[in-house]
Amino acid sequence: MINLLNTTRVTKWLVSGPPFLYLTLFFLLPSLIMVVASFRYPGDYGGLAPLFGVEPGKETGLTLETYRFFFSDFIYTQIFIKSFGVAMASTLVCLLMAYPLALLIAHSPRKHRDFMVLLVILPFASNFLIRVYAWMIILGPQSAFSLAVNHLLGWFGIAPVPLLFSSFAVLVGMVYVHLPFMVLPLYTNLEKHDPVLLDAAQDLGANAWNRFWKVTWPLSLPGVYSGAALVFIPVLGMFAIPDILGGTGDILIGNLIKDQFLGTRDWPFGSTLSIMLTIAVLLLAGITAMISRQGVRQ
Amino acid sequence: MNRSSWLWSISALVYAFLYVPLIIVVVYSFNDSRLNAEWVGFTLNWYRVLFNDEQMIRAAVNSLTIAVVSGLVATALGTMAGIAIHRYKPKLLPFMVITPVAMPEILLGVSLLLFFIQVMNLTLGMLSIIIAHITFCIGFVAIVVRARLAGMDESIFEAARDLGATPWQTFKLVTFPLIMPGVIAGALMSFTLSIDDFVITFFTVGVGVSTLPLQIYSMIKIAVTPEVNAVSTLLMLLTLTTIIIASKFAPDTLRGAMK
Repeated sequence: MINLLNTTRVTKWLVSGPPFLYLTLFFLLPSLIMVVASFRYPGDYGGLAPLFGVEPGKETGLTLETYRFFFSDFIYTQIFIKSFGVAMASTLVCLLMAYPLALLIAHSPRKHRDFMVLLVILPFASNFLIRVYAWMIILGPQSAFSLAVNHLLGWFGIAPVPLLFSSFAVLVGMVYVHLPFMVLPLYTNLEKHDPVLLDAAQDLGANAWNRFWKVTWPLSLPGVYSGAALVFIPVLGMFAIPDILGGTGDILIGNLIKDQFLGTRDWPFGSTLSIMLTIAVLLLAGITAMISRQGVRQ
Repeated sequence: MNRSSWLWSISALVYAFLYVPLIIVVVYSFNDSRLNAEWVGFTLNWYRVLFNDEQMIRAAVNSLTIAVVSGLVATALGTMAGIAIHRYKPKLLPFMVITPVAMPEILLGVSLLLFFIQVMNLTLGMLSIIIAHITFCIGFVAIVVRARLAGMDESIFEAARDLGATPWQTFKLVTFPLIMPGVIAGALMSFTLSIDDFVITFFTVGVGVSTLPLQIYSMIKIAVTPEVNAVSTLLMLLTLTTIIIASKFAPDTLRGAMK
């Protein structure tokens, strides 16, 4: 019996040990080191200053300096606010586009549903940069779309506007890249709704609008929340889309972090920004989990 | 206009929004013009340029090497993690497997950069990219394998034990053949995720090494030519093929990965 118990325990460690060790070493430990790095001084040539002093007069050890610096200049708070704004706008546009589509798929004959879902995922399979690049072509100054838009604006007496390298282009890119993340949880939720509920509402005299607003929408809220989290969180940390499609003013948290690590090489401040982003993400994930749990309880 | 035709027209627009940009990329890869502005005539010239672009070929070889190596290691570790989570219900492991997948990619990228340079004193290059890719691929494999195990009847494993099979025999003769489709699907998914990754590679790449997405990035940042369209089209074809194969092995893979 003792022997058997031992074999089970050995097996358990043989199976869970390797992935556990790997992720401890290359995920948990790096994350902890980033936390510590955010409290350190920057090195003379980028990177981090040594933790223990060798030369007199050099700043070593731990400090709250980077955090003080973050709050001392309003520009950083402003970039965080702007990033939240872009994430919020992208989430809303994704929701407005994804909801009708998810509803249509959920109400389609069962045999067509898988194919319609596949059609949503398929573009997602192409490389992320290719999907962003496609919008460089469409929004480019010489493109048919750009010319048409500016022609239209001309009728209203508005001077031509460049579409590419603008906040508008950033929003389009964000929505395009993250749309499937909104459609799928919505569809998974809507598909489970019992059609009898809508029939009952109709029998009780509810019109189409009320049937949607009073029955379908409240029941779909868990799907809305998980879709919103799946769009909001990656958009919040995105640097490549503003980098490629945005103008000079379109700097989000991700661009700021990238710049601290690869540009100015102020790693402690880059780590501080990353910690701030992590806290924001954890708070958002926590809030989403809390709201959807409440929804279930009702 | 009734409700259903209203839904149909909006959905048709959303589908168009999803597909038109990619179709434009593909169509312009055959366009006989340096500008991606209007159709001039059919040519295969951009593919010829692409296959003569040594930097691009080298980047493609790097991408494939990284994807194969990190795919294999991540599949082994991810399968173990999937089995462990299903069988032993550990507390910390699910969190460690899911978080690298769920958090913004940039966070994993910069924390690994910091770790490689500051703690391991590693010269950034192929190895650092492979290590980083394994970290985020483990999660996807574990999710697929675990989903496969969750759908199975526990009594099969009990029966094997009752018939006197050792844990290893049970694994080799019962568990592994049953989860095999999930393992293959996970491996193919890791392969595509690795080939396609830009953000994490961007932070863990060293001087002198490039991958396909990094090459595409520098091209669209500096000078856009339809060569980008050509490489994009080929990359799309590769990913599409891998996904079709993966979905043959485990039809639920795609949806499982998105959830």
